[in-house]
Amino acid sequence: MLNAIIPLLLDSLASAALIFFAAVGLTLVFSVLRVLNVAHGSLYSIGGYVAASICLFIASRQLNPYLSFAALLFSAVFVAAIFGPLIERSLVRWTYGKSEPVQILVTFGLFLILEDLQRMIFGVQSFYEDAPMRLLGTLTIGGVVYLNYQILLIGMALLVVIGLRLLINHTRLGRLITAVVTDREMAQSIGIDTNRIFILAFSLGVFLAALGGALATPTSGIAPGLGADTMVLAFAVAAIGGLGQIEGAAVASLIVGVARVLAIYLVPSLDAVAPYAAMLVVLLIRPYGLFGSMTARRI
Amino acid sequence: MRTIFATLAVLILAVLPVAAPWLQFVLTLAIAKGFAALGVAVLLRAGLISIGHAMFFAASAYGVAFLARAGIHDFGLLLILSVLAGALVGAVAGSFLVRYRAIFFAMLNLAVSMVFYALCAKLYSVTGGTDGMPVPVPAVFGIVFAEPVFKNVLFYLSLGLMVLVGVSVQRYLNSPLGHALSAVHTNEIRLEYLGIPVWAVLLIAYVISAALAGLGGAIAGFAIGRVVPDFAFWTASGHLVLIAVLGGIGGVPGAFIGALFLELLHSAAVTVTDSWNLIVGITLIVVIMFMPQGVYGLFARREVSSL
Repeated sequence: MLNAIIPLLLDSLASAALIFFAAVGLTLVFSVLRVLNVAHGSLYSIGGYVAASICLFIASRQLNPYLSFAALLFSAVFVAAIFGPLIERSLVRWTYGKSEPVQILVTFGLFLILEDLQRMIFGVQSFYEDAPMRLLGTLTIGGVVYLNYQILLIGMALLVVIGLRLLINHTRLGRLITAVVTDREMAQSIGIDTNRIFILAFSLGVFLAALGGALATPTSGIAPGLGADTMVLAFAVAAIGGLGQIEGAAVASLIVGVARVLAIYLVPSLDAVAPYAAMLVVLLIRPYGLFGSMTARRI
Repeated sequence: MRTIFATLAVLILAVLPVAAPWLQFVLTLAIAKGFAALGVAVLLRAGLISIGHAMFFAASAYGVAFLARAGIHDFGLLLILSVLAGALVGAVAGSFLVRYRAIFFAMLNLAVSMVFYALCAKLYSVTGGTDGMPVPVPAVFGIVFAEPVFKNVLFYLSLGLMVLVGVSVQRYLNSPLGHALSAVHTNEIRLEYLGIPVWAVLLIAYVISAALAGLGGAIAGFAIGRVVPDFAFWTASGHLVLIAVLGGIGGVPGAFIGALFLELLHSAAVTVTDSWNLIVGITLIVVIMFMPQGVYGLFARREVSSL
């Protein structure tokens, strides 16, 4: 039984790690900007498309295949540098202080625009480039074969959790972000440039989403519709952990990963239901998520 | 004056398919989506945004398909039972969902609808999986029409229902119960101090909105002739909210104007480009930024609600 479950677990955790990248970006953007970005999933798939294009270019020119690892990282930075400031300045900034329906609808409009732009630029065929995965090879422990790339993904996710925590607790930027999250007006009145913080935080969120998409290319490929699927999964994970909670998103992706394993093991046909069912159960018991805190009702 | 305008608009709608037969399907679908968007708009009045109403749309459509499979072939019976099914799902989901507000309400609706979507897509033996289920041509008042004739009959029945249901919903919104919705949006604690149970106000609104979405779904099922899980996907829910906002949440006509506007724009746009979502996305953002009262706000004389 263990021989069956452990590879399954690794597989689920690797895909949970990918969702985690998207979810943690979503949660970060929500906690700083207080905007739920419905277009977040599209940025994940854009990151994937850019990474796949660069990797395919590297393969076609027969450059050093190890360059594709740099390409994965570069494409995330590239997408964040272009889309982060652009979207924050043009659309998201306009929704600050507006009601949730307005914020959700504006970003939903953006989602529709980005989905079609991807279709126009990258076409409707799916992209698949597994050079980075093949390069890393496999690992055999006790007769079970593991993909090293999957282990790398889980390691990267852990690295992101630690990195974000270090960034927020131990750097100047992190303290500024904390100040803005705690009390936006007070932060502004003591001279913190909140607009800059918003751009940086949003771009960081975009970077994390795009990184997830880029890292997903070698294992699962990129196809139209990925943005919409990722969006709800990232949403589910962020909601389980509690919107705005970084460690919460990490624990939530673990829960979703394990829930999927259990579903595959017990009722295989229902594996796609597992993340949403987990979200439903958690939100019904704790609507503000596992790690979130209750906010007071408006008077 | 407004009644004259409304009557004129309905008459024009009724005549349009005679002049251009291809419009009949587009208009039927627009009316169906208008019903669902009206349901979303009812909740938007209370400041609650549901990104999950496509679930009720799909629930009733599946209801029709299941009932037809079970041997019921009467149009009226199918419609009533399936709308009741949608309302029932709404009552069950609503009984716990209306405790939540703002982003939590939106998220939970999304979660419930995605569970529903995944179940429809995965339970292959029951729902036919992603292939969906066929909706056969039913008998209307005991008469079995050929399919093209039925589609015509369906259009005029939907048009009639639009007027009937539209007037009823308008009455509901103008009743104290309807006004309580806007009051929830403004300040719900004040409402509780006045002795009005917010929970009940919202649950009634939720069931009504689910039934409206269900009615739309049933009509769409008949018009398309097939029900697929994508009816319940979250982007479909997003589109319903979009239609409601596009038309304006101020009154009943808004939802139908929004749906007509969008469906007609769609049929016009597909002849030129396939980047349909791009156009919708830009339109949505422009409408929200510059016309927060929606397209309907352009015509309404009185102050109408906006987001």
